[in-house]
Amino acid sequence: MSVLVYVENVSGKFKKSTFEVVSYSKAIADQLKTELVAISIGDVDQGSLNLLGNYGASKVLRVSTDKLKSFANQAYATVLAEAVKHINADVLVLANSFSGKGLAPRVSVKLQAGLVDGVLELPQIDNNIFTVKKTAFSGKAYAFVEIDSVIKIITLNPNSYPLKEYGLTATIEDFVVELKASDFSATIKEVVRATNKVSLPEAELVVSAGRGMKGPENWGMIEELADVLGAATACSKPVSDADWRPHEEHVGQTGIAISPNLYIAVGISGAIQHLAGVSSSKTIVVINKDPEAPFFKAADYGVVGDAFEVVPKLTEAIKAYKAHN
Amino acid sequence: MKILVCVSNVPDTTTKITFTNENTQFNTTGVQFVLNPYDEIALSRAIELAEGGKGTITVIHVGEISSEPTIRKALAIGADDAVRINAAPRDAYFVANQIATYARGKGFDLILTGRESIDYNGSQVAAMLGEFLDIPSISIVKELALDGQVVTAHREIEGGKEVVSVSVPVIVSCAEGVAEPKIPNMRGIMSARTKPLQVIEPVQTPKFLTFKKFSTPAPRGTVKLVSEAEIAELVNLLHTEAKVI
Repeated sequence: MSVLVYVENVSGKFKKSTFEVVSYSKAIADQLKTELVAISIGDVDQGSLNLLGNYGASKVLRVSTDKLKSFANQAYATVLAEAVKHINADVLVLANSFSGKGLAPRVSVKLQAGLVDGVLELPQIDNNIFTVKKTAFSGKAYAFVEIDSVIKIITLNPNSYPLKEYGLTATIEDFVVELKASDFSATIKEVVRATNKVSLPEAELVVSAGRGMKGPENWGMIEELADVLGAATACSKPVSDADWRPHEEHVGQTGIAISPNLYIAVGISGAIQHLAGVSSSKTIVVINKDPEAPFFKAADYGVVGDAFEVVPKLTEAIKAYKAHN
Repeated sequence: MKILVCVSNVPDTTTKITFTNENTQFNTTGVQFVLNPYDEIALSRAIELAEGGKGTITVIHVGEISSEPTIRKALAIGADDAVRINAAPRDAYFVANQIATYARGKGFDLILTGRESIDYNGSQVAAMLGEFLDIPSISIVKELALDGQVVTAHREIEGGKEVVSVSVPVIVSCAEGVAEPKIPNMRGIMSARTKPLQVIEPVQTPKFLTFKKFSTPAPRGTVKLVSEAEIAELVNLLHTEAKVI
């Protein structure tokens, strides 16, 4: 009996969202009075692997064959399923990341394991049955789902669980899995990753704007505000539909749902579909010139005013704050 | 090219979500159900790929008879025929197993789904289908091209994209960007009435999950308004009160 956590790397490094998943999995292992094992696939340096102990892993299985250096959905899923069997794990935890979404369902079928995605809190464990909380109806509701399979798979939403340092030293073990040619049927032609931008699904701070910006040429001030905050940029549906901004920035019911610490909405009226995607933000600030905009009813802080004046002033105020803190 | 598009029937995006029976069931009273918006995009791309006699499109849906208007909508948009597995779509594992059972051995080259349904947001069916059918799956794709037997897909990753190439058969889950949703025309709506819709009974599937209850997010307190002239006060509140910067 043990808990296995998949630690996803980006160019050989772990991100904060990975350590969140490790801390979360350690808390589950503690509840089950067992140890936490991490599995790392790809080329990760020793220093980064050592950090996993600090966040709660007792052991790391390292899978670092050449063929697995870049993401291969079927092969990675096979490795995870084999690792679960190898350590006789009861629970597998992954991040609810883009790769996690491609992997967890395949492992679920391989292992006949119940899978709940997008989990927000630690499970309630009663007699080996887990009850987990996840978002449903694209953020308009939460569902409490019972998992009663022998092996359970959970994917954790970013920004849902705080980092916790345990100061453990993890032993690192090489783990080898035999893979078939069919595990590598898809080929990656190209990876494009903006390194200077905060990724929206994991961002702690988000600056988002809507039709109130009048046109894509006015986004400079939104990007500048995001820059001084270290925030990701987002937008409403009409904005991405009009191609003012790329689709992956669209938050809302038919875009992505996010749960940052701070969501600043500029010139977005607050339609129910938009609110769905941001309702789990911890703090919401709304800037809108229409005092009747429905978004003010769903906000913690509001500024009634013209975005073209308020946003540059807010940027200056943040700069001044940063200079003193 | 044989294309299978998996569609689900979901509450319209304007729906206010409430629950009944002590918050154990979704309250469907007065709710308008529609074709899942991401599935609509997937179907629209399928139609583009099949245009000019290059392929046929079957839509498949796991659901009860009440969702037939959604299936007819998919036929009106341009699918050639439809299959309904006659069962409530209990969870992703159940749905994927039903679709896999139908699709196995039928020679579909391309199976498309939406990135997720907007009700339970599982984002699981595509990759589960891939595993059940032992073929590749590419999740959350925003650009999809087909050249002969080779599919090229732009898969979303954190902060960018990965361009993946694979030979058919393959399963792709589609996100915004793959296609513009097509609106059925009058001819499509008329012909949808007579296109074949086959109803199949479900196969037994193991059950690992139970949706026990639901809740809705707690309402926020009254908004605190800050005047434009005192914008520094907002920054101060975000630091000292909300503790988010």
